[in-house]
Amino acid sequence: MDIRNSESMRSKGVLLPMAPVAQIAAPRRERWTPLHALGAGVLSFVDGLGDLTLFAYRIFTWLAGSLPRRGTLWPNLYEIGVCSLPVVLVTGTFIGMVLAVQSYDQFRLMHLESRLGAAITISLVNELGPVLAAVMLAGRVGSAMAAELGTMRVTEQIDALRVLGADPIHYLVVPRFLACVLLIPLLTVMADGVGILGGWWVSTQILGVDSHHYWFHTNNFVAPYNVFGGMFKSIFFGGLIAVIACHRGFHCGPGAEGVGRAATSSFVLSFLSILILDFFLGIIVLEGYYLLHSSVPSVTG
Amino acid sequence: MTQKNSSKPDMMASPSSPAPLELRHVTISFGGQTILRDLNLAVRAGETLVVIGESGCGKSVTLKLMTGLLSPTQGTVHWSGRDIKSMKLKELTRERLKIGYLFQGAALFDSMTVFENVAFGLRQNTSLSEKDVRQIVGERLGDVGLAASVCPKKPGELSGGMKKRVGLARALALMPDIMFYDEPTTGLDPVMSDVINELILQTRARRPVTSIVVTHDMTTVRKVADRVVMLYPLARLSPHDSQVVFEGTAEEAFASPDPRVSQFVRGEAGDRLREMAAA
Repeated sequence: MDIRNSESMRSKGVLLPMAPVAQIAAPRRERWTPLHALGAGVLSFVDGLGDLTLFAYRIFTWLAGSLPRRGTLWPNLYEIGVCSLPVVLVTGTFIGMVLAVQSYDQFRLMHLESRLGAAITISLVNELGPVLAAVMLAGRVGSAMAAELGTMRVTEQIDALRVLGADPIHYLVVPRFLACVLLIPLLTVMADGVGILGGWWVSTQILGVDSHHYWFHTNNFVAPYNVFGGMFKSIFFGGLIAVIACHRGFHCGPGAEGVGRAATSSFVLSFLSILILDFFLGIIVLEGYYLLHSSVPSVTG
Repeated sequence: MTQKNSSKPDMMASPSSPAPLELRHVTISFGGQTILRDLNLAVRAGETLVVIGESGCGKSVTLKLMTGLLSPTQGTVHWSGRDIKSMKLKELTRERLKIGYLFQGAALFDSMTVFENVAFGLRQNTSLSEKDVRQIVGERLGDVGLAASVCPKKPGELSGGMKKRVGLARALALMPDIMFYDEPTTGLDPVMSDVINELILQTRARRPVTSIVVTHDMTTVRKVADRVVMLYPLARLSPHDSQVVFEGTAEEAFASPDPRVSQFVRGEAGDRLREMAAA
């Protein structure tokens, strides 16, 4: 017997007249086709992107209006900069070392092993240093930020901030954003530095490349523009990681599952966004190089 | 502990003055699911309004709408007659400082000590010296029966009752005109629940505070309520029924002939289990 429709139950006052569930619940989906699903997916993507953009806009509005207090900025600088240093240094060192090992045979075949330093250094400062430092930051710091802010949301601490007169974007997000943007270029330079040293050590001490030629060709091939180009890209990566991680945390679902999902999606989204953004920033940095050195033809024509 | 609130002051607003808080035709939906529909609710100055209702009927959402933490899908929220949508962010933040909020789980900041939690609002919104902040924090902690020795502790080191009391001390630090209590006794033992009820009464006895309490605890209702409002889940109502199924005093709630009210206040399951299984 469906007791929801039982007249006898209603007459006893146990049950009350009810609205059909379909009137209140989510729209019916029985007739959904793949086209509906595609449309819903596109709408959801656009909605999410718009929300992320508004979130970023609010961060920049606060940045333009008032900077965070020292008491909220310093702990984030320490957590994002100092605490990330060991991970970034170890990653950078081993990437430099593995680059030397993997490239050596190819260079030796062409009798160009003395130019190994140039190849390792240009790879590191242009691409691997900024991207790997950003990926490490997204994994170590971004996920932690999403989880921390997600927990604060789930336990109503973000609501408590608002009730106590603090804007959560200004109090929680702006310091994290600033710390990421300010410190990721430094982490990138350090990753570049230790990577170059790691590559040099393997090349000269294990693979027998002459140290003088290693540095000579590196110096000839790598310009300060390459280093600054990598640092320039990393600033965007840092900002992106902070915005995505904080946004995920602020829009965390309920419970432990929601916090876990926020942390995971923060890393996945950051990682994908870093790779996509790297492509476009790479072109911009190259175009900048061609503008400064007009004798060299542009890669995009 | 006093069993009955004998010191409830008569601080009802004059008929001409606007209600300190009012929801007008408020509807709110999350992801296509409507939680509150066309809700009208006014809180009178100085009264203690207790909102009761079963889980999921929208009690906590009502509190968050009243404080401006959530925005209604339709309808308006008024503070002292003013639609809060018309307020700019700065003004809204300033007006919100007149509100104290005891969250269901206390919502203490994990990364801060008890002292820093209670001092947060003072440091954030006033230019008081650190000496004055220390004095006020000590007084507020004393008001809720906590010694200064808890100050250096982190929220993780506190029991549930202590967390609620620290949360109350934090909410009271800025001397709010309106206090919100979201299920203040949930998860506490009967003695600690009564301590919290007493603190609600004491808060009101010290100074004229309008209080809104959301609770399932009928002991709290009997002890602190001037007026009781019962909300009913939309899913169990027909499309044109009001969600407020009862409004009156605590005594009237306990004597209500409406089966929806009497079943709730007596804590009787009735046929609900069978009904849920069938659903």
